Order: sequence, then structure tokens, then C-alpha cells
Amino acid sequence: MTATKAKSATAASEQSLAKPGKPRYVLRLYVAGMTPRSARALANIKQICEEHLKGHYGLQVIDLYQQPVLAKGDQIIAVPTLIKKLPMPLRRLIGDLSDRERVLIGLDLKPKQ
Amino acid sequence: MKHNEPKNVTRKPRRGAELLKAPTGIQGLDELTGGGLPKGRPTLLCGSAGCGKTLLAMDFLVRGGVESGEPGVFMAFEENTEELAKNFASLGHDLKALVAQKKLALEFVHVERSEIEETGKYNLEGLFIRLGHAIDSIGAKRVVLDSIDALFSGFSNVAILRAELRRLFRWLKDKGVTAIITADRGETGLTRYGLEEYVADCVILLDHRVDGQMATRRLRIVKYRGSTHGTSEYPFLIDESGISILPITSMGLKHEAGTERVSSGVPRLDAMMGGKGYFRGSSVLVSGTAGTGKTSLTAHFAHAAAARGERCLWFAFEESSSQIIRNMRSIGIDLEPAVRRGTLRFHAERPSLFGLEMHLVTIHRLVNQFRPRVVVIDPITDFAVLGGGAEVKAMMTRLIDFFKLQQITALFTSLTAGGAFMESTEVGVSSLMDTWLLLRDMESGAERNRVLHLLKSRGMAHSNQVREFLLTDHGVELRDVYVGPSGALLAGSARDALEAQEKAQALVREQEIEGKEQELERKRQALEARIAALRAEFEVEQAEAAKTIGQDQTRVGVLAGDRVQMARLRQSDAIARRKTRKQE
Repeated sequence: MTATKAKSATAASEQSLAKPGKPRYVLRLYVAGMTPRSARALANIKQICEEHLKGHYGLQVIDLYQQPVLAKGDQIIAVPTLIKKLPMPLRRLIGDLSDRERVLIGLDLKPKQ
Repeated sequence: MKHNEPKNVTRKPRRGAELLKAPTGIQGLDELTGGGLPKGRPTLLCGSAGCGKTLLAMDFLVRGGVESGEPGVFMAFEENTEELAKNFASLGHDLKALVAQKKLALEFVHVERSEIEETGKYNLEGLFIRLGHAIDSIGAKRVVLDSIDALFSGFSNVAILRAELRRLFRWLKDKGVTAIITADRGETGLTRYGLEEYVADCVILLDHRVDGQMATRRLRIVKYRGSTHGTSEYPFLIDESGISILPITSMGLKHEAGTERVSSGVPRLDAMMGGKGYFRGSSVLVSGTAGTGKTSLTAHFAHAAAARGERCLWFAFEESSSQIIRNMRSIGIDLEPAVRRGTLRFHAERPSLFGLEMHLVTIHRLVNQFRPRVVVIDPITDFAVLGGGAEVKAMMTRLIDFFKLQQITALFTSLTAGGAFMESTEVGVSSLMDTWLLLRDMESGAERNRVLHLLKSRGMAHSNQVREFLLTDHGVELRDVYVGPSGALLAGSARDALEAQEKAQALVREQEIEGKEQELERKRQALEARIAALRAEFEVEQAEAAKTIGQDQTRVGVLAGDRVQMARLRQSDAIARRKTRKQE
């Protein structure tokens, strides 16, 4: 099961393999203006990334007020939304990411109970 | 200013009542709402799956919006733009072209629960941004959100959702867009998530019910703040030209009554109605038991209309058009040329195909399309299968009102069940009709014969006599019914037989009279002969008498001469004197 999953994500992992065995994370955080909630979300994800994915993640922050067109492409409804584009599967983490447990589950850094 | 205040106060509510409305472009709905949906406000459109919410909403944008020059945004939560374009192409909407012309923006919002992990507090600002962007990009005046329930299935925090929806409706209002928000029907309330609490201005409910295996879509305006509106449930129809709703109850008895007449197609029947036929715009009922010739009489009427060059629409609920044409040809009425010319159109359909209301909608729609001057519904009895008596009667009332408003002469046939009271119709609509023809079977002498009664014909002198109704190879023929010696009606061969019998009797009588006349003549001749004989006899006698008289006179003369001579011989003076005295 894990083998096939790995195969399907090879293209992505090939170019992103900084350290073998650890997939590269491509994350995108959508916010609407620099509200306290946005700031909280950004701080939370940065902390988690540094703790768990140090060295093999990319995080992009998009303010929808500045670039409203992008909301359509990534199907953003709620803000803040963190999209885990890679590794597959795609996942949307909505909210200010303060529920650490759920964020870790959502990023596949912790198995679902 | 203060002085004027009370005046303003009294005026204000009236002005406020006339709120601006955005026409929906949907046939009937604008009529129901008095002009459309409340302009610049959100309207909630609720209903169960498959009752036409998306279609109505899209019609609102595409028909109403494009017609009134208002671009619109369609935010779809359930179908993506490709699917929408495909679905609406079959209804004649080219969504892609409208998008290219910037008259429409399609915004597909994908909500997938399995992808979403809720990790803290959030709001739906992303949705607002997208909607705002779409509105601004084309300057939209109209917005549709279809359907909002998808949000509830995507997000688990109902408290946040509710707050955000409240904000959304407020925001839409502030934006000044006329919006339709669709939502699924709930088990207890109008919507599953109680959205009607947020949208206070206008709530429309769509329904798709099955009554007696007959599915009918209905629309009801639950609420329309600040406006009068129809409150009943109105059936509506979805077909290739979109939605049409029938606010039939809004009709009243306002039709004009003309004096123009139209021929029934049967000269003798026209003669029974003062020689002119039915009134234009009147409703005619032809009732009778099976096989009494209702359709034939109808065909005459349609044929006559076609001959006058008038359009005729024939709703056939029991026979197909080709069957009617074939059958009518057998009695010498050829309807086919009229069909080919396009003056006669058949609409043949099993009545059980739709519900009652749907038939009404269909009839309305076809009449509005074809614009006939004459309509035939053959027969109306089949509607009775679809609904109760009151329902059918209500439907017929609306139908008749509709025809009268359009000055359409309508002919309805009604099948009376055998054995039922003849002068009652199955659907109890005879009182609505202006003219009522009753066709009846008379059984006598081992045969059935048809007779026609003109039971009523409002506003014209009409014959009270029963006519025998014959189906010949050159159409319907009406003949006087023979009233037998006992006062009973006789028709068919019984009438023929009795007529023959009468003829024979007449002949005998004629012969008797002739005999008597001859006898009289003979007697007269005999009399004259006798008179002649008597006269001859008399003449003979007369001649003889004249002869004897002559002889006597001569004799007298001779005697007198003798006497004068003798007197002269004796005393002539005395005799002469006597003679003169005698002369004096």
C-alpha cells in the first residue's frame, strides 16, 4: 500500500528529495488580510514546519485581498486555509491551525487514531 | 418641515410597499410576484432534490438578467461549470457564450469534506472574496448561490457557518445585488438548516409531489415582504423552453363577449342556432355516450374553422392524430390538408401521462405558442381520472376563462357513461358552458340511432327540437325526428318504416278521394244529361205550344173578321161605336 503511494508521488519526490526517504512538503497558506487570526495561523504553521519538516518544506503565503483570482484556482472558501499540495493526497486545513493535533494529522505527520 | 411630517408619515408606507422588483423572465412568476423578486435583496428558493431549483435560478439570471440588461453570477456548489454548460445547452442556453459576453459569470465552488481538516477558528471570507471578485469582474446585478447546503456538508462548525451565512446575506444586501439562494427542503422546516431565518424578504418553495402516480411540480410563494403575491400552489412545467408557471387563479370573469358567430360546420345545426352557429369565444360542450358521434361533430367544427383560414388546436386524449384523420375521412371530412397547411394542429397525448395541472400548463403553453382561434378538447372526461370532481371543475373553470380571455371558441367533448343520467356530465362542467349539445343513442326496433338535442345555447334563440343525427359518407346530417302517433320519437328504420306506412295510407286515402271525385263527376254528368234531355223535351213542347197558339190566334182573327163583316152587314154604326169605346 505504501509502495504504490510512493510510486504515484515519485515525480514530485524526485525533484524535492533533499533527504532521501523524507518527502518534500509543498504548503500554501491562504489568508484574508493580516488579521490577528491570519498572524496566528502563520505563526502556528511555521512552528510546526520547523519542528517536523525542517529542511524539506516550502511554504507560500497568499493574501486573497491582494490576489483574489487565486481563490478560485485552489477552491478557497474558508480562511485561513492551509493547503498541503504535496505530498499527495491534497488536504485543506482550515482555521488558525491552533489545534496542533489536528494539524499534524492533516499533514500526515501523525497517524489518525 | 414639522408641519408636513404627518403627511409624510402616512405616505411613506405606501411608497415603501412599492418596492423595486427584478423581473425573473419566467413565464407566470413575474405575474405572481407582481413584477419579480425584490430588487437588491436575497430570495430563498427551497425545495427537495429534482424540483427545478437550479433551473429556476439559472432562468432568473439568463432570461431575466439578460432581458433587463443585468449581468449575473452563478455560484454553483454542486455542478462544475462544464456540467452546467452542458446541462443548460439542452434547454437552449449557451452559457459559454454569455460568459464570453460578460453577461454571466460561473463560479464553481468545490467543497469536499474528506479533504478538509478543521484546525481552529475560521470564517468564510474566501467565499466572499470570490463572490465579490466575480461580481465586480462583470458588474453583476444578480447573484445565485446553488445550493448553500453544500457548505453545511463541507464544514462541521455549524455555529461559524450560521454566523457567516447571516453575514453573507447582509453582505449581498449591502452589495445591492438581487440574489437567489437555493436550499434543500428540510424534514420539519422549509430548509434543512433553517435558512429561512436569515432570508426575511422573500421565500419561494418548490415542490415535486406524486399524487396518484402523477408527479407534478408546484411553486408557492411562502413569503414576500412588502408585496402582495399569489399564495396558492401553482403548478409549473419544465421543458425545452424553460420553466413556465400558471397563475391561473388570478383570472376572473373579465372577458369581452362579442356577437360574432362561427359556424359549427353542420348547416342544419347552425340553423338550429338561428342560422349562424356558435358565438365566437364561447365554450361549447358536446356530451354523449360512446359512439354517438362526438368526435365527428367536432371534426366538422375544426374543418369549418380551417376552411375559414382560422387556426385550430385539437387536443386529443384518446386517439392519435392519424387515427382521427383516417376516421374522419370515412365520413367525408378530410382534415389532412389543414394539417399540412398548418392551420390545424393536433396534440395527442394520453391524459394519464401528466397530472391535471400539468395538462393545464401544457394547454396554456401550446395555445400561447400556436395562437389558435378555435380549440378542441376531446374529451374532457379523461381528466376526471386524474383528479376529484372539484379539482377537475376548478381546472375547467380556469381553462374556460383562459379561452374566453383570448376570444378562443372552445369545443369540449364529454363522454357520458352508459346508464348515467344523460343530462349530467362526468365532470360536472355543463354549467360553465355556453352551448351544450347532447348526443344520445335511441334504442328501438333492435337498432341504435343517434339523436341530437340542443340543451342550451346562451344568448341566442335556438331550436328546442330533437334532431336525428346521421353519419353519412359526406359528414354529419341532421334530420327531423319522426314523432309517431303516440307522441314517441322514432328514428332510423323505425322512422323509415313508419314513414312508408304513412305514405301507403296516404296513397289509399288519395285513391279514395279520387274515386269519390270521379263518382261526383259521373253524377254531375248524369245530372247534366238529364238536364239536357229535359231541356230538349221542353223545347219540343215549347215549339208545339207555339204552333197551337199560332193556330188559335189565326182562328180568333178569322172569327173576329167574320163578326165585323156580319155586323157591318147588319148595323155597322153600333158596332163601330162599341169598338171605339172598347178601344178607349
